[in-house]
Amino acid sequence: MFAEMAGYFQNNMDDFLRAIATHAAISALALFLAAAIGIPAGILCVRHRGVQRWVVPLFQALRILPSLAVLFLLIPVLGTGLLPALVALVLLAVPSILLNTVAGLLQTPEFMLETAAACGMTRGQIWRSVWLPMALPMILTGIKNAVTEIIASATLAAKIGAGGLGEIIFTGLGLYRFDLLLAGGLTVALLSLLAAGSVSLLGRLLMRYKYV
Amino acid sequence: MHAIEFCDVSKKFHGSAQNAVDHVSFAAEEGEFITILGSSGCGKTTLLKLVNRLYEPDAGSILLFGEDIADADVTNLRRRIGYVIQQIGLFPHMTVAANIAVVPELLHWEKERISARTDELLTLVGLPPEEYRSRYPGQLSGGQQQRIGLARALAADPKLMLLDEPFGAVDPITRAKLQEELLQIHGGLGKTFLFVTHDIEEAFRLGNRVIIMNAGKILQFDTPEQIIKHPADEFVVSMMRSVQEKERFWRELL
Ligand SMILES: Nc1ncnc2c1ncn2[C@@H]1O[C@H](COP(=O)(O)OP(=O)(O)O)[C@@H](O)[C@H]1O
Ligand SMILES: [Mg+2]
Repeated sequence: MFAEMAGYFQNNMDDFLRAIATHAAISALALFLAAAIGIPAGILCVRHRGVQRWVVPLFQALRILPSLAVLFLLIPVLGTGLLPALVALVLLAVPSILLNTVAGLLQTPEFMLETAAACGMTRGQIWRSVWLPMALPMILTGIKNAVTEIIASATLAAKIGAGGLGEIIFTGLGLYRFDLLLAGGLTVALLSLLAAGSVSLLGRLLMRYKYV
Repeated sequence: MHAIEFCDVSKKFHGSAQNAVDHVSFAAEEGEFITILGSSGCGKTTLLKLVNRLYEPDAGSILLFGEDIADADVTNLRRRIGYVIQQIGLFPHMTVAANIAVVPELLHWEKERISARTDELLTLVGLPPEEYRSRYPGQLSGGQQQRIGLARALAADPKLMLLDEPFGAVDPITRAKLQEELLQIHGGLGKTFLFVTHDIEEAFRLGNRVIIMNAGKILQFDTPEQIIKHPADEFVVSMMRSVQEKERFWRELL
């Protein structure tokens, strides 16, 4: 078993590394896009109660949709390959980022914002210096949930031809190659842990006040 | 010229039947320590927030040193007025020094001037700068946090200070100490203080003049001695009586 795995790594190191790189790249891009959509959308929701009333329930519903379903539902629309996989991953990740952004912003007490205004901050300064920093812990939690979800779901993206570690896993499934399954699965788990750890580390760096 | 003047000011909240602040007129001079006394919900906070324009009046005008605040740029106005609240509202993600420096930063003071001012204020409120400047609010006791809140409000040397029940949430011993220190700080700076409280002893101890409010209106505005000698109406009389009863209670006990 371990001999087999060692053999696999000896012969297929390039493929393996390429799969990791693809997996990481898709995931990073999806996370970036999801954050670029989710955080501004969350801010918009808080600024306009009207938007919030239909956006938040929509994304709460989207959140409970299984990732596999989203992936396959997109095939008739976008076909197969990298793009639909990316779209699916972004769709999966936006809800947790958006909903956490909204929750983080709404849980900031009114008197904090009023105090900031009373100090003579402009609206923009209040957002930058007080409101967003105070919502940051929740936003980062959303990002952390999103990144683990993305990395796990990106495995399934191989099913529609996006490549990545899922390819190794599905090949392993097809050929009854337990070594491939293990190598792929463990690497996905490791990648996921690494990403979540990095987000936590970022949080510790950005929010020193929480850890003194 | 008055430091602050209210001219027939009214404020009504949306969906409310009566005015939260109802045809209020009064004037205070520079250097005065005015306390505003009244029971919860009588409009004290609303009155204070009209001064730094967190609320806009529905009628009447408010003058600061002769200038109608409605004509002032609102952020500039606020940077010239210190504001302290019961919930303190220190920014948890900023150090003590950064909290104190908020308004000076907004005013683009130079770095050296800001750090010198921060240390000066920490000393003024009785917290050694070396020990406290790089702490976060979460590492301070309630009384210390309120000291920082006070220092932040004083940072840009405003001529007017608004204090909304600043000691409402601290224990009685700390409270008495903070009251004493606040009096000293006021005496040394020549600023005008508007200090809101629902505690009658606090109001009479701190204020050189006391505004007594009920249901959005000013019932009486006078020195503590005059209010005690000539209470304006039945409400003020009953307030005085409650203090006497409390005193009798303690005398019998001790
Ligand atoms: N933002 C607001 N919206 C609606 N009503 C308010 C608001 N703030 C205060 N009020 C009402 O105005 C009245 C005066 O409130 P406030 O000024 O906070 O009283 P105080 O500070 O003396 O306890 C109360 O009846 C209160 O319910
Ligand atoms: Mg109040």
